[in-house]
Amino acid sequence: MVIYGVALLAFCYLTGIFLGDVLGALLGVKANVGGVGFAMLLLIILSNKGIDSGWLDKKSQEGIAFWSAMYIPIVVAMSSIQNVVAALSGGVVAILGGILGVALGFAFIPILSRKKG
Amino acid sequence: MDLTAMLSKVLIGNGLITAFIVIGITNLIAYKMAGLTKGRIHGSAVAIFFGLILAYIGGGSKGLATIPLFAGVGLMGGAMFRDFAIVSTAFGADLREIKKVGAVGVLSLVFGLITSWIAGVAVAYALGYRDSVSLCTIGAGVATFVVGPVTGAALGASSEVIAISIAAGVVKSVLVMILTPFVAKWVGLDNPQSAMVFGGLMGTTSGTAAGMAAVDPKLVPYAAMTATFYTGSGCLTFPSIFYFLTKAIFG
Repeated sequence: MVIYGVALLAFCYLTGIFLGDVLGALLGVKANVGGVGFAMLLLIILSNKGIDSGWLDKKSQEGIAFWSAMYIPIVVAMSSIQNVVAALSGGVVAILGGILGVALGFAFIPILSRKKG
Repeated sequence: MDLTAMLSKVLIGNGLITAFIVIGITNLIAYKMAGLTKGRIHGSAVAIFFGLILAYIGGGSKGLATIPLFAGVGLMGGAMFRDFAIVSTAFGADLREIKKVGAVGVLSLVFGLITSWIAGVAVAYALGYRDSVSLCTIGAGVATFVVGPVTGAALGASSEVIAISIAAGVVKSVLVMILTPFVAKWVGLDNPQSAMVFGGLMGTTSGTAAGMAAVDPKLVPYAAMTATFYTGSGCLTFPSIFYFLTKAIFG
């Protein structure tokens, strides 16, 4: 059933966020430390297990796939609720940061490509 | 009978559903416009850019959600749905594929995150940002337009800084789409190995896919293989390792 996949995703999400909060508290920072990342790791491990051993069937997978497909639209919605008016003064930061990031990335391609995996 | 009042009551009373239509139409227009570039610029980047424009039109600290009629967009794009959807994208990552990525793939991911952090922090610092939360969030935004807001929300950055981090990610994504075909030859981007390195260094999935497709469609899966892990690694490391690193340097 589709809800099984959604429930598995919700379980991974809540566990990850909880771990992030606990880690934040342990490290003494008022922040969620890597919670989304932990949740993603957990989902990769559990969904691979579930598919291999058969309990995560096609229908259940659709429950996760739907949210995955909603990812870009939700990011668009997220963009539309930011304080862009105030951020405009920092627009130069965004443009220069983006340019420098891309330049550094391209510069490292020939360096890393030469290393043999 | 005041039909306008009745309609707006329905739309406001069902905010989240209204948001689905607003964002659906935004995506439709964005993808149609991206189609005019013959796939050179991916629809997702145009759509996110449109999102930022909508935020500007909405004005105020909550962007489009400042307007009562569109308040539902605030729920759809809020932290809960956003993080839920981001986590779901990890689904489909095959553990066997991860093993295939190998040492060079992992190394390129690490370098991709470090270079983004350096680029973001350096520019933000040069232009007057001094607190480690803002610096790290902007660095995360240079990584991708998703790692930025996830990091910003986790660290408690201001909406203004989060908006900058999204914009930085969109700038990077669009630049990768446009520039890749031009610099491909120059940086030796013509084989599976360098395509994997490219994906790991750039990370923006839409950017690398569109950029790589313009060079050689056969290499897209190799670039995507490493790029897929970039956002997840970024969400894991930016609010933790990179934040502590930023804090250690800038206090």
